[in-house]
Amino acid sequence: MCLLCHQRYEPKLGWGDFLTVKQTDVLCEMCRRSFSLLDGERCHRCDRPFSQMAESYRHGDICTDCLRWQQADEWRDVLTKNRSVYVYDEWMKDVVARWKFRGDYALVEAFRTDVCREFFRHFSKNVVLVPIPLSKKRLYERGFNQAKALAELLSLPIVDVLERVDSEKQSKKTKIERLRTVQFRLCTGEWRCDQCVLIDDLYTTGSTVYHAARLLKQGGVRDVSSFTLARA
Amino acid sequence: MRFMYDGTNLVPEPLTAGGEKVVPISRVATIPIYELNPHFSPSSELLSFLAGRQLLLDELPFSLEQLHSHYENGYVSYQKGIISTTQRHRCLRCGNDAPHLFASFFCARCETICTYCRKCVTMGRVSECTPLVVSNVPPERVVYPHSLAWTGTLSNAQQQAADAVVQAIEQHAELLVWAVCGAGKTEILFPGIQRALARGDRVCFATPRTDVVLELAPRLKQAFPSVPTIALYGGSEERNKQGSLVIATTHQLLRFYHSFDVMIIDEVDAFPYSVEPMLAYAAEKARKEPSALLYVTATPKEDWQRDVRQGRRTAVTIPARYHGYPLPVPTLEWCGNWRKKVTRGTLPQNVLTWVKKRLDEKKQAFLFVPHVELLEKVAAILQRLDHRIVGVHAEDNARKEKVQSFREGNIPLLVTTTILERGVIVPNIDVAVLGAEDDVFTEGALVQIAGRVGRSAQYPGGDVRFFHFGKTKAMVKAIRHIRQMNDEARQKEGLR
Repeated sequence: MCLLCHQRYEPKLGWGDFLTVKQTDVLCEMCRRSFSLLDGERCHRCDRPFSQMAESYRHGDICTDCLRWQQADEWRDVLTKNRSVYVYDEWMKDVVARWKFRGDYALVEAFRTDVCREFFRHFSKNVVLVPIPLSKKRLYERGFNQAKALAELLSLPIVDVLERVDSEKQSKKTKIERLRTVQFRLCTGEWRCDQCVLIDDLYTTGSTVYHAARLLKQGGVRDVSSFTLARA
Repeated sequence: MRFMYDGTNLVPEPLTAGGEKVVPISRVATIPIYELNPHFSPSSELLSFLAGRQLLLDELPFSLEQLHSHYENGYVSYQKGIISTTQRHRCLRCGNDAPHLFASFFCARCETICTYCRKCVTMGRVSECTPLVVSNVPPERVVYPHSLAWTGTLSNAQQQAADAVVQAIEQHAELLVWAVCGAGKTEILFPGIQRALARGDRVCFATPRTDVVLELAPRLKQAFPSVPTIALYGGSEERNKQGSLVIATTHQLLRFYHSFDVMIIDEVDAFPYSVEPMLAYAAEKARKEPSALLYVTATPKEDWQRDVRQGRRTAVTIPARYHGYPLPVPTLEWCGNWRKKVTRGTLPQNVLTWVKKRLDEKKQAFLFVPHVELLEKVAAILQRLDHRIVGVHAEDNARKEKVQSFREGNIPLLVTTTILERGVIVPNIDVAVLGAEDDVFTEGALVQIAGRVGRSAQYPGGDVRFFHFGKTKAMVKAIRHIRQMNDEARQKEGLR
C-alpha cells in the first residue's frame, strides 16, 4: 500500500532489487513522480533555482536575497550555505500540510531516501545536527517537531541547544517582522561542536535559520549551515 | 492527554497537583462514569455544543476545568480514542483496525511512544493519549409540524416508495430504497423526513461524496425552509452549528455520537467506498438506539440484491425514471488491445469513429477510462480531433471548473475516471467506456455510468457503449440489471 494515496501498488522490480539490499519505495510510482527535486543552476548560498527568478536577481553565483544578507554587517557569513531537497510546489505544500499540520507523522518515511542522499551529497559525516525547535505550546499541539523528525532520518548526532522564545507562527509574519523578532535563545549546559547543520522543513526567507545560526556562532560554533526539506 | 488515575478518581494531568503518576488515557483500565448530579448547574452552551457529538479536546472551545467539572458531575464522558490488544489496534472514532493504517511516534503530549490512526488523521489525530469527549445528555428534540414546502407530485411508484419510507421511519425500521438513476429519489424521502421532523426527530443524510452534499443541501433547505439544516463536508462553515436536518460526508459523520433518529445512507456501494467499512461504522455510531435506517441506492451489491429477492431484506424498488421512459441499455463492442494502441499514441478504430460521430453531430459525451494514468494519454490523443476535449479526475484541482464548463457546453467530450459516475447530471449526452473489462468497472459502476444518459424528459434516450477487450461478468450483469428494471417498470405501471 502506498503511504500517501493508500492505494495498492506493484513495486517495479529490476535487477537492482535482487542484487542489492535496496529498500522498495514506500510510495507508488504516481505519488513518487509528483515530488520535484531541486534541479538546475541554483544560488550557491541558499539553493534557490535561478530559473525561478528574474535575471536581475542574479549576481554571479548568488541571488539578491543572499547578497543582502552578505552586505549587512551583523549577518555576513553567519550561514555558510543552505541546501534543500524538494521544490516547495503545490504537491509539496499538500504533503507537508498532511505531515505537519494534520499530524500524520509516518509520512516522514516518504522523504527518507531523498533526504539522506541529498544531505550526504553536500555535508560530511562529521557534523552535528541542530533541529529548529518549536515553542512548548506548538510542540504540544503538534505532538512532534517536524525538524527533529527529519534530523532523525540521518543517523548523526543531534543536539537540542536552541529554545524558542517567540511562539507566533513564522508564516503569519511579514518579512520585516521576521527579521526583527528574536526567535531563539541558546540553552545552557554542556555542549560543544565545531560544525553544525541546522535542520528545518522549509527555507523561505532564511530568517529562521539566520537567527539560529547567529546564536550558534555567538556560542562558539565555527561553521553553521542549514539543510531543509523544501525550498520555497 | 495524560490522566492521573488512583482507582476511583480520573484527573487530567494539567489539573493534578503534579508529582503523581500519569498515564495516557488508553492505559487507564476502566474510565469511571459518574451519575448525573441534579444539583450541578451545567453550562447550556457546552451541552448544546457537545450534544450528539463525539469530539477531541482540541475541537472544544471550553476550558479543561469547565469540561472536567461536567465530567465529574455526570454530564460528559471521556472515551478512549484507540484501544489495543496484543495483536492489533482499533480506532474508536473511525473503526479502523487495519494494521498498516496505524503508526507510532514519540509523542510530545504523553512523552512516550504513542500509536495513532492514520485513516481518520485528516479529522485531527486520534492517538493512544487522545480522549474522545461525548455528552451524556441527548440532543434537544424540536418539533417542526408541517415543515415540507415542496408542492410537486409523486408518480405511483414514487408514492409507494414514499409510503414505505414513512412507515420505516415511524417504526424505527431498516429499509432499502432501490431506485434507478433518475427515479427522483430525493423527493421520495420528503414525506418521510417531514413525518420525522414533526415528531421532533433528528434526521441525517450521509453520503460518501462532497459533491452530493453540495448538490443536496440547497434542495433540502428549499423543501424544508423552516428547519435548521446543516451541510457538513471538509471546509464547511457550519461545523459547529446544530440542526434537526444534517447532510454530512462520511468523514464528518465521525464527529457524531448517538445523535439521529433517522439515518439515511446514500449510495451505500459508491466506489471506492464499497470496500470502506468506515461509513457503516460512522453511521452506526451516529444513530440513536432505536432509530430508522434507510439505504438509498441505484445499484445495491449482489448479496443485497439476493437478500431482497429471497425476502431477507425489506426493500422497495422504483424501477422507472420519473419521466417514465426506459433506461438506455448499453451495447458491448470489442475493441482489441486498446492499451497497446494507447501506448502507441492512438485508439482503436471503432472508438475513434464513435468519438468522431459525437463531435460531428455536436452531441456531448463522457468517455470513461479505468485509471488516472491513462486519462492524460487518452485525452491528448483525442485533443488531436478537437482541442477542446479535456480530461478530469478525482484529485484534479480544476475539477469543479471543468465539470461546470462541460455543463455550459464549452467542452464537447470529457475523458474521466469513475468519479463522475454518480451525481453529475447533464441533459442529452452519450457515454462510452474504454476498457470496460477493467476491475474498477463493477456491475454497480457500469449501471451508474449508463445512468448518466437520458436523464431529462426532453432527451430520454442516448447511446451507452462499453468498449472492451474481453467480456466480463460485470458487463453482462449490468446489462441484465438494466433490462430487469425496465421489465419490472413495464409490468408495474407501463413505460412510455
